[in-house]
Amino acid sequence: MWNAIKLFFHKLASPRHFYRIAGWLIPWLAALTLILLGAGLFLGLFVAPPDYQQGQSYRIIFVHVPSAWMSLFVYTFMAVLSAIYLIWNIKLADVMVRSSALLGASFTFLALSTGSLWGKPMWGAWWVWDARLTSELILLFLYMGYLALVSAIEDPRTAARAGSVLILVGVVNIPIIHYSVEWWSTLHQGPTVTKLDKPSIHLSMLIPLLLMAGAFQLYYFTVALMRARVEVLDRERRSDWAKEILAG
Amino acid sequence: MSGVWRAFISLVQRDLLLAYRHRGELINPLLFFMIVVTLFPLGVSPEDSLLRTLAPGVIWIAALLAALFSLESMFRSDFDDGALEQMALSPQPLPVLVLAKVLAHWLVSGLPMLMMAPLLALFLAMPATGIRALELTLLVGTPLLSLIGSIGVALTVGMRRGGVLLTLLVLPLYIPVLIFATTAVTAAMAGLPYDGQIYFLAALLALAMTLSPFATAAALRISLS
Repeated sequence: MWNAIKLFFHKLASPRHFYRIAGWLIPWLAALTLILLGAGLFLGLFVAPPDYQQGQSYRIIFVHVPSAWMSLFVYTFMAVLSAIYLIWNIKLADVMVRSSALLGASFTFLALSTGSLWGKPMWGAWWVWDARLTSELILLFLYMGYLALVSAIEDPRTAARAGSVLILVGVVNIPIIHYSVEWWSTLHQGPTVTKLDKPSIHLSMLIPLLLMAGAFQLYYFTVALMRARVEVLDRERRSDWAKEILAG
Repeated sequence: MSGVWRAFISLVQRDLLLAYRHRGELINPLLFFMIVVTLFPLGVSPEDSLLRTLAPGVIWIAALLAALFSLESMFRSDFDDGALEQMALSPQPLPVLVLAKVLAHWLVSGLPMLMMAPLLALFLAMPATGIRALELTLLVGTPLLSLIGSIGVALTVGMRRGGVLLTLLVLPLYIPVLIFATTAVTAAMAGLPYDGQIYFLAALLALAMTLSPFATAAALRISLS
């Protein structure tokens, strides 16, 4: 059993097998994404009752909250992969980091823009300098900084290593930035799902929220793997197996 | 005296001597600092009460930008003439040498800003209590700027047009420093205690001093490869 797992990971680290495994996984992940997205949207938009204070407009949380979660998840995931890349020099870890960055930035942007749309009727302003909004904006800057750095360096190996160092520096700073901003000002509502005793969100709203979160997660893996496959093929274009695929 | 310590001292001495030989270049970030602060009363309003509320933020943002501009010179000339490569090859640990370079950089860029800040504070009609807090935050905060900035410079030193990129990489990381420093000064001006913010800054400084040289050293090795 252990050997089988080890063999699987060894294979996953080789570009050729990764290309094959990812190609096999993508349709399944895509199908699951669609199922969860459909169920989440249906339950969220039609079944869940309107909020007693916010009416219908609270429903944007089914997009807003999952994308905010994903924006943090993707950065953390990139940091783990960057550490793997720097320590064991596994090329595929960097391929995944590179294909995740733009997705993470998009999730961050989505969280900010949906939050802004929700803020206009609720807070009466498109933008307020609230702690979580601000740290989300700074997260967007961190993603942009990574993208700017790796696109400025021509040599792919140097770009990968420099980008990994930057991501790790960023991940050390994220909690510091978050708490300093939190301390500076806060207007955003407190956490409602992760409170340990009892979530202060009703089950009829929690279930679609979690379904949407699952859908976003799977969407991320689907698209990241699709991007990674292309990236692998591009980087390995001089190897025999890639030539075979490109020719056929 | 151990070899590492001697290398540290001699590198600081060398960098200070080099900086002294190019005195003209040292003035530029300071002039920049001064001119940016001067623009605010002209651009916003010369009214005392308004300037007083803006003062901590204005001085600190000007200090951030001035520090950012002076950062570029930290590794540039050593990178161009190959001295940096020799340092990376030397038997002394690179993080220690990095720390020496950061210290030298702070002595020639951060410390003069510290000395000029009271003058600028007077321009912006800051009361004496605020000036004391400002000096204290600059004393703890500017080394922090040099330390965090050194990572960004090390990543971009090999590039021809690294300047704007450096700003993108480093400024988001400066935000906590800005927040703690300006809230401390504002609190001091309102007559409130501000020890908490100073302790936070000092904690960040301790963290940056222990971690950032390793990140900078790693980044330098990447830029040199």
